[in-house]
Amino acid sequence: MLKGWLKWKSKLKRYPVIPGTVVGIFIFLALFGELLAPHPPNEMSLTKKFIPPVWQGGGSIAYPLGTDMLGRDMLSRIMAGARISFFVAILSILLGGLVGTGLGIISGYYGGTWDVLLMRTADATLAFPIILLAMLLAIVLGPSLQNVVVSLGLVLWARYARIIRGEVLSVKERDFVALARVAGSSNVRIMFRHIFPNIRSTLLVLLTLQVGWVIIVEASLSFLGAGIPGPQPVWGSMISKGREYITTAWWIPFFPGLAVALVCLCFNMLGDWLREVLDPKLRQVGGGG
Amino acid sequence: MMNPLLEVKELRTYFYTRWGTVKAVDGVSFHVNERETFGLVGESGCGKSITCLSILRLVSQPAGRIVGGEVLLQGEDLVKKSEREMRKIRGSKISMILQDPMTSLNPVFTVGAQVTEGIRIHQGLKGKSLWERARNMLEMLHVPSPEIRLRNWPHQLSGGMRQRIVGAIALSCEPRLLIADEPTTALDATIQLQYLRLLRELQEKTGLSMIFITHNFGVVARMCRRAAVMYAGKIVETAEVRELFNRPSHPYTEALMRSVPKAEEKVEKLMSIEGQVPPLHNLPPGCIFAPRCSYVKDKCRVDYPPTAEINKEHTVSCWNFC
Repeated sequence: MLKGWLKWKSKLKRYPVIPGTVVGIFIFLALFGELLAPHPPNEMSLTKKFIPPVWQGGGSIAYPLGTDMLGRDMLSRIMAGARISFFVAILSILLGGLVGTGLGIISGYYGGTWDVLLMRTADATLAFPIILLAMLLAIVLGPSLQNVVVSLGLVLWARYARIIRGEVLSVKERDFVALARVAGSSNVRIMFRHIFPNIRSTLLVLLTLQVGWVIIVEASLSFLGAGIPGPQPVWGSMISKGREYITTAWWIPFFPGLAVALVCLCFNMLGDWLREVLDPKLRQVGGGG
Repeated sequence: MMNPLLEVKELRTYFYTRWGTVKAVDGVSFHVNERETFGLVGESGCGKSITCLSILRLVSQPAGRIVGGEVLLQGEDLVKKSEREMRKIRGSKISMILQDPMTSLNPVFTVGAQVTEGIRIHQGLKGKSLWERARNMLEMLHVPSPEIRLRNWPHQLSGGMRQRIVGAIALSCEPRLLIADEPTTALDATIQLQYLRLLRELQEKTGLSMIFITHNFGVVARMCRRAAVMYAGKIVETAEVRELFNRPSHPYTEALMRSVPKAEEKVEKLMSIEGQVPPLHNLPPGCIFAPRCSYVKDKCRVDYPPTAEINKEHTVSCWNFC
């Protein structure tokens, strides 16, 4: 008992405090950001446009990070924008993870024709430039939240399928799988009761490492105009719209960009930590990119 | 004469590979009586394990297939059973122990979860009686402080202990037949002996029959009443163990016996059998052992010898006895 606790304590010691806090704030903002924002994020005021951040000359304490070209409060928009980034990331990763893991397990377990078919499809998906594919899908399906999620899920599954398949291939050769079969377990039972628990930690690390990447892809899609449309505050499109003003009002594209970079970095650091805690052998499992 | 528990008749399991058909098990016949331990001896790759997997109908599809023969368990032919019927038989009537205790247990479940799983599925026990049953199984296998062991994870146990847990799982549903595939190879010598004793004790207690797969003649002598020697997918000789040791009749068995070093003789060089096992997808015509046999005749290179009976329990496939 004590030994187990000490082991956990030493692992928790290496818990990355700053990335953990940033991710915590991000999730909190995603849930409550819109309520906490000092101004309604879509409230325009043409008299108050291009106010610089508070520490620069002409700044105002009412708008700590300044206002954009339509006079909307930057801080409020970034806070509210966390929600979309977060939900797109979570939903598309769940979708891609669920489909990818399922197909990966089936592919690795049964092998043969299905394996070849699924893995070549995954290869094709991975070989294609992912932004291009997601953009194509988003444009064909029309830009909306669901479609961004679906198109991200459609490119994400291949990564999961590949890595999970590899794991299944190694786990299924171990004797306990043979013994489970000798003991009369069905294929479905062996796949999900005996093999899946062995790859849970790989899956968890993979999930965490992909959050950052998905946030960047979603921001890129919005930046390119294939993401979430309309007046909703989205980090990607905030960067995109603000880029014309970068010479005169640098804060308009800078702060959303900083938010994307920071959140992505912190999720990756958290994922790395998780990988080490869960299994030192998993160091080769890659994130996105 | 007792009725045999298991009777394997002319079993053939072939693998269809890109290099041709591999006859991994080619016309194997033997029987295992009630409460008897039957040894299956042979070098690596001679088809011992595939024979046992065929009995359980677990040869990996679609490359491998049972192409002929019968496997009669208490008179019922397992080859004709549906997959669903086989699942019920596996674990509850036939069970298995594999050689490596390190990978035989699932690392992400506690010992208790793994011991109870089979009992829950096959016997439908629940809750306290299930746990009780699992504890009794561990006690039966002489696992000290079973209550604690049930809560342990596999990595917390030693190799010998794990192999006992594997044994407890295998025997938890009171199977009639236990297939032990080199169960002591991965254990160290003192633990090996302990484990073999334990298996014999359990056999006496439960009246179980065993098929013992091994390449160790010492283990055969200690454990089995009768044994069969396999070579390249065929059984070349079957006999009572004492008879097999005193009067090995097939040239292959004889050569194997000679290659076991003896303590009382000083030898410069260990005996070995000339040549190599022929590739299984490209077997020579006639007797498969002919290219390495020191008693080879012209006939041996043309036709495979029929099975000759030396006495009631001693059969051999060799032209020298026909």
